[in-house]
Amino acid sequence: MTDAPAPPLALRSRAEEQAAAFPPLLAEAEHLATTVLLGEHGRRRAGLGETFWQYRPAMHWDEARMIDWRRSGRSDTQFVQDKEWQVAQSVLIWTDRAASMSFASAKDGPSKADRATLLALAATVLMIRGGERVGLTGTLLPPRRGEDQIRRIAETLLSTDPEDYGRPVADGMPRHSRALFISDFLGDIAAIETALTDAADRDVHGVILQVLDPAEEAFPYDGRTIFESMTGAIRHETLKAGELKQRYLARLAERKDRLARLARDTGWRFHTHHTGDSAASALLWLHGALGRKA
Amino acid sequence: MFTIGAIGFTAPWLLLGLIVLPVLWLILRAVPPAPIRRRFPGVALLLGLADDETQTDRTPWWLLLLRLLAVSAVIIAFAGPILNPEQREPGTGPLLILVDGSWADARDWPRRIDRIEAALSEAARDGRPVALVSLTDLPPEPPVFVDAEALNQSLPSLSPAPFAPDAQAVADWAAGFDGGFDTFWLSDGLARDGRDALLAALERQGSVRVFESARPVLGLAPAGFEDGVITLNALRAAPGPATEIEVAAIGLDPAGTERRLETRIAGFEAEATAATVTFELPPELRNRVTRFELSGIASAGAVSLGDDTLRRREVALISGGNDPEGLELLSPLHYLRQALVPTADLIDGTLADILLANPDVIVLADVATLTALEQDEMVDWVSDGGLLVRFAGPRLAASDLARDATDPLMPVRLRVGGRSIGGAMSWGEPKALAPFAEDSPFFGLPIPEDVTVNAQVMAQPDPELADRVIAQLADGTPLVTRKDLGEGHVVLFHVTANAEWSTLPLSGLFVQMLERLAVSTRPAAESIEDLEGTSWMPQKVLDAYGTLQDAGTLPGVDGADLATGRPGPGMLPGLYSSDDRALALNVIGPETTLATTEWPARITVEGLEAIRELPLKGWLLGAALLLLMIDILASLALSGRMRGPRDTIRPGATAAALALALALVPGQAPRAQDAPPADDDFAVAATADVVLAYVITGDPRVDELSEAGLYGLSNTLFQRTSIEPAMPMGINLETDELTFFPFLYWPITPDQALPSRDAYAKLNRYLRTGGMILFDTRDADLARFGSSSPEGQRLQAIARGLDIPPLEPIPEDHVLTRTFYLLQDFPGRHPSRDVWVEAAPADAERVDGMPFRNLNDGVTPVVVGGNDWAAAWAQNQVGAPLVPIGRGMAGERQREIALRFGVNLIMHVLTGNYKSDQVHVPALLERLGQ
Repeated sequence: MTDAPAPPLALRSRAEEQAAAFPPLLAEAEHLATTVLLGEHGRRRAGLGETFWQYRPAMHWDEARMIDWRRSGRSDTQFVQDKEWQVAQSVLIWTDRAASMSFASAKDGPSKADRATLLALAATVLMIRGGERVGLTGTLLPPRRGEDQIRRIAETLLSTDPEDYGRPVADGMPRHSRALFISDFLGDIAAIETALTDAADRDVHGVILQVLDPAEEAFPYDGRTIFESMTGAIRHETLKAGELKQRYLARLAERKDRLARLARDTGWRFHTHHTGDSAASALLWLHGALGRKA
Repeated sequence: MFTIGAIGFTAPWLLLGLIVLPVLWLILRAVPPAPIRRRFPGVALLLGLADDETQTDRTPWWLLLLRLLAVSAVIIAFAGPILNPEQREPGTGPLLILVDGSWADARDWPRRIDRIEAALSEAARDGRPVALVSLTDLPPEPPVFVDAEALNQSLPSLSPAPFAPDAQAVADWAAGFDGGFDTFWLSDGLARDGRDALLAALERQGSVRVFESARPVLGLAPAGFEDGVITLNALRAAPGPATEIEVAAIGLDPAGTERRLETRIAGFEAEATAATVTFELPPELRNRVTRFELSGIASAGAVSLGDDTLRRREVALISGGNDPEGLELLSPLHYLRQALVPTADLIDGTLADILLANPDVIVLADVATLTALEQDEMVDWVSDGGLLVRFAGPRLAASDLARDATDPLMPVRLRVGGRSIGGAMSWGEPKALAPFAEDSPFFGLPIPEDVTVNAQVMAQPDPELADRVIAQLADGTPLVTRKDLGEGHVVLFHVTANAEWSTLPLSGLFVQMLERLAVSTRPAAESIEDLEGTSWMPQKVLDAYGTLQDAGTLPGVDGADLATGRPGPGMLPGLYSSDDRALALNVIGPETTLATTEWPARITVEGLEAIRELPLKGWLLGAALLLLMIDILASLALSGRMRGPRDTIRPGATAAALALALALVPGQAPRAQDAPPADDDFAVAATADVVLAYVITGDPRVDELSEAGLYGLSNTLFQRTSIEPAMPMGINLETDELTFFPFLYWPITPDQALPSRDAYAKLNRYLRTGGMILFDTRDADLARFGSSSPEGQRLQAIARGLDIPPLEPIPEDHVLTRTFYLLQDFPGRHPSRDVWVEAAPADAERVDGMPFRNLNDGVTPVVVGGNDWAAAWAQNQVGAPLVPIGRGMAGERQREIALRFGVNLIMHVLTGNYKSDQVHVPALLERLGQ
C-alpha cells in the first residue's frame, strides 16, 4: 500500500480543492457585478424583443397585423409598437492562466491571476444577466446563455497553465462576436499580435485588459540580484538591480504602447489595471468598453 | 612569557596569524556579496539588459576593516594576552604553605584556594617539596614535605573552620619545627595571641612570605535585648573610611520558610571599628528571628545566633463578653494584663487573627462558645504545642459547654451551675487553697493566707479527674485542672480571672502560678555558676561560611565550657539546648574586638597591591563577537535584505535590528508597568457610594429578583431619606471582599452550596466587625421557626458555621421599629410577623415611665425571616413594581410597609443604635402620644 491516493481519487480531491475557492469567487464576482448593473441598463434600441420600446407611425412596409389598434384609435394616424432590441451578442473571454499571473508582491495581496479571474467572472455575470451569450475562447466552452454558464466558466477559469507566459487562444470565435482578453501581456508579443489580427479578420472586436502587479510597475529592487521567472525557467542576473530600473520601466512603457497601438489598429480597446487598485474601477471600465457600440 | 609593555602573551606564536590579514583583505575585496534570488515575472523585459558597470558591487572598505578587526581580535585573544603578568624568581628548598583557616578566611576562601593552587603549581615547576597546614586543623607532627602535585589532589578537601586557631596548640606545634624551609603564610588578617611567636619560629627556619586579602574582615557581635529594642554591634578589623553595611534579621515566616524578616543599615563612621544598629521589631516578628547576619558576607563571624534572651512569650487575651462599658477593674482581663505586661507580649484581636499569629499562649477568660471552625483551629493549635488557659465565669457556668461529654478544649466535664460559698444566702466560709501536691507544677509555691474562693465551677467526678487536678481547695474540690492535648496543654482555672469569684487574682500567687505554667517566663542571662554541671546538646551548628546546619550526632558539651564562650574543634559555634532552654554560642562573643595583624616591616605582604593579573582573552573574544554582529547587520543593510521589495524600509526589520542592537548593550530591560488589578476597580465601585449588596445564590431567578429588590429599595431610600445608594451589587462569597458593604441581603435557596472555610472565616469577620446580613428564606416561615421547610433547613446548615448570637423575635421596643418609620409589622411579599434579631441582654430592664428598655447596644448582626422582602421591594428600571403583592389597595399598603421596613433596616445598619438613645425619648413619646 502506498500513501498516494488512486488517480481518480487524486483527481477528485484536486477538483474539490479547486472548487473550494469557487463559491466565494462567484459570490465576490456577483457582488462586484451588482455595483455596475445599477448604473447602466438596457440596450435602448428598437429591435426584436419582448418588452415595449416605443410607438412609431406605421410605414408602408409594416404589415397590417403589426398595427397597434388601441394606440391608433386615439388619433388619425396608425402606430406600430416597437419592441426593445434583445438580440444577444456572443462574448468570448480569454484569461491568462500561466505561471507569471500567480505573482503577488504583497504578502496578503491578490495575485494577478486572482484579480484576472475575478474580473473575468464578474464581467461574465454582468453579461449573462444582460442577456448575452458568454463563452471562453477555444473549443472548450462555446458561448451560451443562462446562469449555468457562469458556473461552468468559473470552473474552467480556476484551472492553471504550467507555462511561464500565456499566449492568447483566438480560435473558436464566431464572426462578429465580442472578445475580452485578460493577461499581463509580458510574454511573446508576436503571439498576441497574431491573435488580435486573426480576431480582427473575423470582425471580432473587444477589449484587452492588462493586469500588472504594482511591483512590476515600480521595480523597487536594488543590490546584486538574480531575477527568475515564476517557473524558474528564465533568469537574469544583475550586479546592481537599481541601475536597471529606468531601462526596465522604459521597456514596460514600450510594451504598453505597443499593445495600445495594436488595439487601435485592430479596433480593440486597451487598458492597464494594477492589482493594488480596486477591482470595481476596472470592472466599470470593462463594462463600458464591452457595452460600447461596435 | 612574551611581553609587550604591560601585556604578556601565553601563546605568542599565534600572533603570527596577524600576517595573513592583508591576504584576507585582498580576498574579501575580490568576492562580491552573494546575490539575492527573486521571483519576478517582469524578467522577460529584463532579458538582454547588461549592467552599466562591469565592476562588481564591491564590499565597502569600512566593512572590510570591521571584519579584519574582528579577525585580529580573535587571533590576539587566542594568543592569551594577560595584563600585568606576574613574574617571579623561582625559589628552592622545601616550602610550607600555612593557612589560618579561621572563620575570617571563609569570606574569600575560593580565592585563597586559587592562590594556594598557584603556589603549588609554582612549587611543582621549581621541583620543591611542599607541606600544607591549616592552623585550625593542626597535624600532630611537624610539617611533612611531599610532592606538590600530590598536595594539589587533596586541595579541595581543605576548608576553613568556624573558630580561631588556639594559640597554645599552635605554640606547641611550632616547637617541633626542624630542618629549614621557606614559608608562604595565607593570613586571615586578624591580630591574635601567639602570632609573633609563630612568626619568629618560622623565620628561624627560612624566609616568610605573607598573603593577606585586601577585603576587610567584618564581624557581628551578639545581640542585646533591652526595653523591646535589639541592639547589635557590627565590627571591622581595619579602621577606614565611613561605610555602610546591611544587617539582616533572619527567621521563619508564617509559612515556615526562612527569609529575611527585617534589614537595617549599620554605618561605620570614619576610623571607627564598630557600628551600632538597633532593631525595633514588633514582638511577633522578633520572636521569629533566629539569627542576625551581615548581608552578603559568607563567614561565621558575620552571623549572630539568637537564643532565649531575645524571646518574650506571646500571650493572646480574649474575654467572653464585649463589655466596653464595664468598669476596668471588673474587666475579666484586667488582672491578667497587669500580671503579664512586664514579662510577655500581649496580643489583641479576633480569635481567627490571633490563631494566624500563632502565639505561645491563648487565655480565654469566661469564653463559653467557639464556632465549629474556631474550635477546630484551636484544637490544631493546641495539638501543635500551644498552651490554652481558660478561666471560668458566669458565661461558662451558664453554658452547656463540657456538660455531657468532655470538650476537647476543656480538661474536665463541668456540673451544672457551679457553686457559691460564703455568701449571704449560702452556708459555709469562703474556701482557702490546699497545699500543692508534689507532682503539681505549682509545688513549692507559698500560699498566702488571704487567698479565698467563694464561687467556682465544679468538675464532674471522672476516673481521670484526679490526674488532671493540679491545684485544689482545702475541701478537695479542683481549682485548677490541666490535660494534655497533642503536644500542648489545656488549663482551666475554675474561678474567674477577676476578683469576682476569688481573691486569687489579687495575690502574688497568681503571678507565680502563671509563671510556673509558662504563661510568662523570666529569661535571664546564664552565668557560669548557673551552667556548671549542666550538659548541653548542640541543635544547630554553624560552618565557617555562616551556614546553619543540623548538629546531627555531635556530642554534648559541658555547661562550664559553654560559659567560656570560646568555640573550638570540640565545641562548634551554634545553638545548644538543655531541657527547654536554648543558648547560642557565637563566633564573636560580647567582648571580642577585631584588629588587623601588624606585620614587621621585613615581611613582604602580598595581595594588598592593586595590580592583579587580568586575562584579556574573554574581553577580546567578546569584542570580536560584537564586531561580527555589527558586520551581519551591515551586510544585510548593504545587500538590500534589510529592506523589503518596496522602497520604504520595513519597520519590522528596523525594529528587529534595533532590538538586536539593544540586546547587545547590557542594561536593564524596560519593565512593563503592572496593570492595576481588577480588585481595585471592585473596591472603588463598592465604596464610592453606599452600595447595598446581595449574595449570589446561583439561581438566576432569585438573583435577578434580589437585584431588582435592592434596586427598588435603593430608589426608595434615595427618594425619601438622605441615604443615596448606588446600584446594588451581587456578591460572590468565595471571591469578593465583604468589608465594603454595610448590608448583605442573603436569600436562601434549598440547593445553595455551603460556603467554604475561607468564606466562613470572612463572613464571621464581617459579622463581628459590624456588618449585617438579612437572611430571607422566602417561604413565609410556614413551619414556624424555620425548622422544616427546605429553605429553613438550608439556612440552619449555613448558619451552623456562622458566629451568630442568640436570637429572639423582634421585640416591640426594638430599635428597628423606630429608626425612620414607626413600624410594628415587617412584611415582605408575605406578611408573617416572625422576624428574628439578636436577643436583648438578659439584664435589660424597663424603667417605669419609659416606653423602651434601655438597650444601649450595637447593631444586630443578623436579621432572619422568611417574608421574601426582595419581591416586595423589586422595581424595574422605571420604578414600577415587578411582583404583585396581596390584593388591591391592601396589597399596595403591604408593599409600602415592606419598603418602610427596608428603610428602617438600612437606617439601622448605617446609624446603629442612635434611635435607641434616651435623648430622643421625649420627642418619640410626644409622637407616640398623638
